Amino acid sequence: MTKKIMEGSHALAEAVRLANPAVIGAFPITPQTHITERLAEMVANGELDSEYLNVESEHSAMATCIGAQATGVRTFTATCSQGLALMWELLYIASGMRLPIVMAVANRALSAPLNIWNDWSDAFGARDSGWLQLYCETAQEAFDTMLQAYRIAEDKRVLLPVMVCIDGFWLSHVYEPVDVLEKQDFVKPYKPPEVQLPGGKVKMVLDPKQPISFGEYATPEYYQEFKEAQHSAMVGAKQVIKDVHDEFAKKYGRKYGNGLVDTYNMKTAKHAIITMGSVAGTIRHFIETEKIKDVGLVRIKSFRPFPFEELDAVLKNVESIGVLEKDVSPGLGGALFSEMKSVFKKPMASFIGGLGGRDITLDHLKNVFDSIRTKSEKTEWIW
Amino acid sequence: MGEEFYQGHTSCAGCPAAIAIRHILQAAGKDVVISNATSCSEIFSSAYPNTAWPVPYIHVAFECAAAVAGGIEAALKKLGKEKTKVIALAGDGGTYDIGLQALSGMVDRGHDVLYICYDNECYANTGIQRSSATMFGAWTTTSPSGSKSVGNQTFKKPIAEMMIAQGAAYVATSSIAYPMDIQAKVKKALSIKGPKFLLIHAPCPLAWRFESSQTVDIAKLAVETGLWCMFEYENGKRTITIKPSMRPVEDYIKTQGRFKHLKAPEIAKIQEHVNGFWKKLKSE
Repeated sequence: MTKKIMEGSHALAEAVRLANPAVIGAFPITPQTHITERLAEMVANGELDSEYLNVESEHSAMATCIGAQATGVRTFTATCSQGLALMWELLYIASGMRLPIVMAVANRALSAPLNIWNDWSDAFGARDSGWLQLYCETAQEAFDTMLQAYRIAEDKRVLLPVMVCIDGFWLSHVYEPVDVLEKQDFVKPYKPPEVQLPGGKVKMVLDPKQPISFGEYATPEYYQEFKEAQHSAMVGAKQVIKDVHDEFAKKYGRKYGNGLVDTYNMKTAKHAIITMGSVAGTIRHFIETEKIKDVGLVRIKSFRPFPFEELDAVLKNVESIGVLEKDVSPGLGGALFSEMKSVFKKPMASFIGGLGGRDITLDHLKNVFDSIRTKSEKTEWIW
Repeated sequence: MGEEFYQGHTSCAGCPAAIAIRHILQAAGKDVVISNATSCSEIFSSAYPNTAWPVPYIHVAFECAAAVAGGIEAALKKLGKEKTKVIALAGDGGTYDIGLQALSGMVDRGHDVLYICYDNECYANTGIQRSSATMFGAWTTTSPSGSKSVGNQTFKKPIAEMMIAQGAAYVATSSIAYPMDIQAKVKKALSIKGPKFLLIHAPCPLAWRFESSQTVDIAKLAVETGLWCMFEYENGKRTITIKPSMRPVEDYIKTQGRFKHLKAPEIAKIQEHVNGFWKKLKSE
């Protein structure tokens, strides 16, 4: 293992290189572009032997990944914001077909007004698309999570696509020390899924030797069964995320809570702040420098599947919480806040900020922590 | 001999798409993968848990048959299965309109894929709406004729010419009235490396308002009147594969309910358009 100073995007690209996807569908969009640029360099230099397709849109990026994955190979793409919105239609098709595609999302705000900076509106818009969504706090975690993502997606108990989410610019463009592996055997060569049918095993791939049909239409008698199966697989994926995370921790010595939820300073905490992504680093720093004892951090790493039980377990002894999030569902409020309401029945405050890349500073956090301590149940905007 | 499109699919009587698919599959053989756009052909062939496809088949969405096919081709290359052919299949809505960008991308990147469009000149699957392949003067549910309208206001988008301009390795047109022509062109296209485009004229009894027994006769009339030009284009050269007798277009127009509101001036306009097309072709 070598420690290198590298950009978050390049850390992700290094992990993708190790996973060795056969086909990459790539379309540029800020702030994702450094990931696919780096992969293009790797292919050009012979460090990565992938079919690198310069597609003409994110829609076609996902379409080529679907076609390739259904043919029986590993794939990768990356996007964010408008690009994710453009592929929205196909997100549901990738998950409905149970194709374990892995995609990096460098989370960015949605237009209008046009804004290239970070918030979570893009991936939150796709929260019901049947993709796992794993959020990272550091470049190191992005590297580690990308490798884990392939294992999780391709696990036969899951067979669902995974988004590895990093905060645009805050993580995609920030240089940090990262332990990168030169080689790995954590993600094995891709083996397409098989199903046992009365006549024998059938590979779920497009192969003239055993012709099967993908993407049929299902009438009301059948459709709901597919969706229930997807939901069950997603719920079941929680155990797989934990298992894969534990195996990774054992092998490489790095862990992030239990893979679903990460906590900090929770032992003595009477209150907790709930968030995701890179802003957790700012909160850790604040707790550490202010020597705070009564407020802890709970960072949700897996937004989908949503870790209800795990959150319940870490929050059972606290009196109040605040949910800090970089998104808004107009007319509802914070989307993460509304989901937390089904977990936590004590006082909860909602903090919406960081939209379109606005700074969330230590001064802001001071006010946020004070509000949580007063057991506020208000929605507050961080200006 | 290739593969048969299985019995039991649910196309309408006289469906031209089913005729086209039968001949495409017979010509393509067993070692092929089909990427289908959302269309009538998808609906009538793949109702879960059944399938009419004797070869591997995937349907993803309306506008991306070409991109999906490109992904399949890239994967086959990585698997060392370059011999397996890839065919994208779409209707005119999925080709001329919503799928045009993905088709252009596929040709641009040089994917070794045969893209086949069966052209029934409307969105038949959703109930006969106007597409950019709809003929001038045709009634559709979104280009109805009325006191202030002659029906569809525009002539067909020259999709095959666009594919030629983009440099596809092989571009051809065919018609369901000439099944051996379809088979010959599919076989030829599949023997050429790179992106290929085949456009098949497909008169739809339901949408065009004619008896289902007349599909083939009407398709033939389109060729004989010069309204549908049968050609192939490769290595910078166009060959007319069936020469029309240039019967008056009215012989074709009068067979279909979608044109029943047309009067002499509109029919003359269509005749003029056809004459202009062939004149331009001669100057090539």
